[in-house]
Amino acid sequence: MNENPADLLPELCLLAGAMAGLLCGMFSPRDRQWPAVALCAAGLAAGLVTAAVAAGRPDATAFEAFTLDPVTHATRIIVPAATLLVVALAAGPLRGHPRETEFHVLVVLAALGTIMLGASSDLLVLIAAYLLASIPAYALAGFAKDAPGTEAALKYYLMGALLGVFMLAGATLLYGTGRGTSYAALRDGLAEAPAGAAAVGVVGVLAGLMFKAGIVPAHFWVPDVAEGAPPAVAAFVTTVPKIGAFAALYRFTTEALPAHLLDRPLLLAVVAAATMTLGNLAAFGQDNVRRLLGYSTISQAGYLLVPVAAAGRSGLAETALLFYLAAYAVTNLGAFAVVMAAGRDDLAAYTGLARRCPLLAVSLAVCLLGLVGTPPTAVFLGKVLMFGAAVDGRLAWLAVVAAVNSVASVFYYLRWIGPVFARSAAWEGRLDGRARWLACGAAAGSLVLGVAGGVVLSVG
Amino acid sequence: MTVLSLTIFLPLAAALGLCAAPRLGDRAAGWAWIAACAADLALTVALWIGHGNGTGVSHETNLRWIPSVRAGYHVGVDGLSLPLLALTALLFLACAVCSLGRAKRARAFAALFLALQTVCLGLFAALDLLLFFVFFDLSIVGMYFVIAGWGHGDRTRSALKFFLYTFLGSLVLLLGFIGLYLGAEPHTFDMAELIRTPPLSGSPGTAALVLLAVGIGLAVKTPAVPFHTWLPPAHTDAPAAGSAILAGVLLKMGPYGLVRIAMPMLPDAWRRYAWLVIVIGVAGVLYGALVAFAQENLKRLVAYTSVNHMGYVVLALGAAGAGGEEAARRLAVTGAVTQLVSHGLVTGALFLLAGVLYDRTGAYDMGRFGGIAGVAPVFSGLLTAAAFASLGLPGLSGFIAEFQIFTGVIGSGGGGTAVAGALAVAGVLITTALFLRLLQRTLLGPPGELTPRMTDMRRPELAAVAPLLVSSLVIGIAPRFLLDTIEPVSAAVVRLVDR
Repeated sequence: MNENPADLLPELCLLAGAMAGLLCGMFSPRDRQWPAVALCAAGLAAGLVTAAVAAGRPDATAFEAFTLDPVTHATRIIVPAATLLVVALAAGPLRGHPRETEFHVLVVLAALGTIMLGASSDLLVLIAAYLLASIPAYALAGFAKDAPGTEAALKYYLMGALLGVFMLAGATLLYGTGRGTSYAALRDGLAEAPAGAAAVGVVGVLAGLMFKAGIVPAHFWVPDVAEGAPPAVAAFVTTVPKIGAFAALYRFTTEALPAHLLDRPLLLAVVAAATMTLGNLAAFGQDNVRRLLGYSTISQAGYLLVPVAAAGRSGLAETALLFYLAAYAVTNLGAFAVVMAAGRDDLAAYTGLARRCPLLAVSLAVCLLGLVGTPPTAVFLGKVLMFGAAVDGRLAWLAVVAAVNSVASVFYYLRWIGPVFARSAAWEGRLDGRARWLACGAAAGSLVLGVAGGVVLSVG
Repeated sequence: MTVLSLTIFLPLAAALGLCAAPRLGDRAAGWAWIAACAADLALTVALWIGHGNGTGVSHETNLRWIPSVRAGYHVGVDGLSLPLLALTALLFLACAVCSLGRAKRARAFAALFLALQTVCLGLFAALDLLLFFVFFDLSIVGMYFVIAGWGHGDRTRSALKFFLYTFLGSLVLLLGFIGLYLGAEPHTFDMAELIRTPPLSGSPGTAALVLLAVGIGLAVKTPAVPFHTWLPPAHTDAPAAGSAILAGVLLKMGPYGLVRIAMPMLPDAWRRYAWLVIVIGVAGVLYGALVAFAQENLKRLVAYTSVNHMGYVVLALGAAGAGGEEAARRLAVTGAVTQLVSHGLVTGALFLLAGVLYDRTGAYDMGRFGGIAGVAPVFSGLLTAAAFASLGLPGLSGFIAEFQIFTGVIGSGGGGTAVAGALAVAGVLITTALFLRLLQRTLLGPPGELTPRMTDMRRPELAAVAPLLVSSLVIGIAPRFLLDTIEPVSAAVVRLVDR
C-alpha cells in the first residue's frame, strides 16, 4: 500500500497556502491584507508547479483512495491555473475590502475540494471532497451581503444540500449492496448486487456530481449565482467546480460501475442532450449578460458530458474531456473577465464597446465565438475531439444534437457580439484596466491553446 | 517559411500590422492594403510558374500540428488549387483598389479583408481535413463581420441568417470529416493519405452517410438548390467588395471541396449517387436561371445567376462519376474548374459594378433606371461585357467553361447524362434572355427616375473592374495556359473516382 504524502504535494501546497493566508490575514490590519492574498496565490502557484512536475510519473494510487492518473494530473493543473486567474480578477475589486483574506482563502479551499473531487476513487473521500468544494462556494456566493447575492447563495445552498443528501444516501446504498466504498471494490461487488438498489444508489451519487457540474436537472442554481453573486465569484463557481465534477463523473462511471449495470452511455447521452438543449433555449431571451453566460455554461456542461457518455467505447473520450475542460475554463473565464472589465450586466450597455476599446471587444468576440467552437480557439479543438468521441462511441445521434445546439448557440452569442461592434456612439464608462488585460490574456490563451493544442495533447 | 506559407500568411501579417497602427489614416491604410494584395498576387503567380503543368503537388509543407489525432499543417498546391489561389489574390486586389477612398473605417475594413484573404488562400492550399475546416469555418466568421459591419439595408438580419445557415453547414461538414477520420485505418485527417487509401470502402452504408454529411456541408456553401436560401439576402445587404468576395471566392469553396475531398475519398459512394448529384446540378441550373429572371433587384439577380452557374459545376462533377467515356468526363471536370475561375472573375466584376450603381444612387431596382448608357458610357460598356461573359458568349471565359461542361456531360455517352446536358443548355438560353433584359432595362431606353444621379466610373473603380474582365477575355481567347494546368488534375480525379 502506498502512503507517501509526497504524492499529494500539490494538494498540500494548496492547503498550506490557504492556512498560511488565513493566519496571516488574521494578524494583518483590515485594510492591508495583500500579504495574505499573496500567500494564497503562492499556494496555488506552488500547487500548479508541483502538479506539472508530478504529471510525468507513472499511474499510481495513494492512500487507497486517491488515484494518480492523467485525469487527476489534468485536474490538478487546470484547477489551480483557473483559480489563479480568478484570484487575479478578484484582487482589483477586493483591494482594501475588510474580508479580503476570507475571500481568497475560501476560493483556494474550494479549489482544493475540486481537485480532490476529481482525484478520489473512494466514495467516502468523494463525499468529503464534495463538501469541501461546496461549502466555501456557498459562502462566496453570498459574499457581497446584498439581496441578489443572498438569494443566489440560498438557492445554491439549498440545492447543494438536497443533492448532497441524495449523494450520501446513494453512497450508503452502494456500500450496502456493493460491500465496499472504493471504486475497485464496488466494481466487483456491484456485479452481484441487486440491480434495482444498485441503480438507485448510482443515480444518487450521480445527482451530487451533476449538481457540481451544473447539469440538468440539477442546474437551477447556475443562472442565479451567475447573475446574483459578485462577478468574480460567478466566474469561479461556473468554471472551476465543473472541472473536478466532470473528472469525478468520468472516474466514477468508468471505474466504479460494472458494465451491465444501467445503460450508462444512453443514460448520460440523454442527460447531455437535455442539458445542452435546455441551456441553449433558456439563453435565447436573456438580456443580462451574466445570466446569459450562466445558461451558456449549462449548455457547455452538456457538451462536456458527451465524452463522459462515450467513455469506454472510444479512445478519444478521455483526451476530449480533459482538453475540453481546459479550453472551457480559459474561455469562460475570459468572457467573465470582459464583464468585469466593462462593469455592466445589461446586454444593451455593451453597444459601441469596440469603438472605446477594440482590444477588449475583440477579446469578447474571441471568447464568445470560442464558446461556439470557432477555430482556431481551444474549444474548437475540444469540440472536434468531442464529436469524434461521440461518433466513435456509437453515439452519432448525440453528435448531431450537439452540432445543432452549437448552431443555435451562435444566435445568442451574436446578440451580444453584434451591438459591441455596432456603428454607434462610442461606449462611455470606466473600464477596469486590470480585468481588461486579463480578458485579453485569456482570449490570447484560448487562441494559443487552440493553435498549439497538439503540443498540449501530446504532453498530456 | 516556404513561399506558399508566406503567400498564405502575408495578408494576415499585413492585417495585424494595420491593427497595430491606430494612427494610420484612411488613405494610407487603403494604399497599404493594395500593396499587400499586389505582393500576394505576385507570390501566387510565382507559385504558378514554379509549379508548371505537373501532375503532382508542389510547394508542399507538412508539419505536425496535433499528432495525437494525426492532423498536421499540410499545405501544397496543384493544378486544382493554383487557379483558385490566383483568382483569390486577384479578386482581393480588385476589392482593395475598388474600395480606395470609399470604405468607411478603412483601416478596420482593410484588416478584415486581409485576414479573410489569408483564410481563403489557406483553404485552397490545405491538404489536411482539419486545417481545411479551420479555414472553412473562419471564412464564415470573416464574412459575417463584413456584412454586419459594412453592409446596408437589413444587414444585421442578413448577416445572422448567413452565419447560422452556413455554420450549420460547416458543422455537418465537420461530422462528415470525423466520419472520414474514423473510417481510415489508421485514423488520420491527412488528405493525401485518405486519397491514397479511401476510407470506408468496405462499408457502403456508412460511406453513403459520410458523403451525405460532406455533401450537405459543401452544398450549403456552393450553394446548391435547395440549400441556397441564405445567398440572396447576404448578397443584397453586403457591401460591394463583400459581395464580390462572397460570390467570387467563398462560393468556390464548396465545389472545390467536392473535387478535392468528396470525389477522391469516397469514390464508390460518389459513383453510386452520381445521378443524385446530376439532378441537384440540373435543378440549380434551371431554378437559378428562372428565379433570376424574375428579379427586380440587380444584386439579387446576379446572386441567383450564381446559383445557376454553380449548378453547371455540380452537374459536371456528377457526370464525372456517372461512368461512360473517360475523355468526356475529364473534359467535364476541366470545364467545372474553369467555370469556377470564370465565374469568380465575371461575378466579381458584376458585383463591383452593382456596387458602383449603389454608390451613386443608393438603389438596385432595375425598374428605376434606364438609359444609363447616355450618362455613364464606360460603366455601360463594362456592364455589357460582364453580362456577355456571364451568359457564355464565345471569346470570353464563360464560353470555354460551359462548352467543356456540356460537351463532357453529353459526350460521356449515357442517355440520362445526355438529357441532363440538354436541360442544362436550356439554362443558358434563360440566362441569355435575362441578361439581355437587364441591359435593356438599365442601360437603354428612356432615362429612369434615378438615372440622373448616375455618374461614370471613377479611376479606382475602373482599375478594379477592368483587370477582371480582361482576364476573362484572355481565358476566352487563349485558354491553354489555364487548361494545361487543370487537365492533369482532372485526369487524376476521374481516375480516382473510377477506382
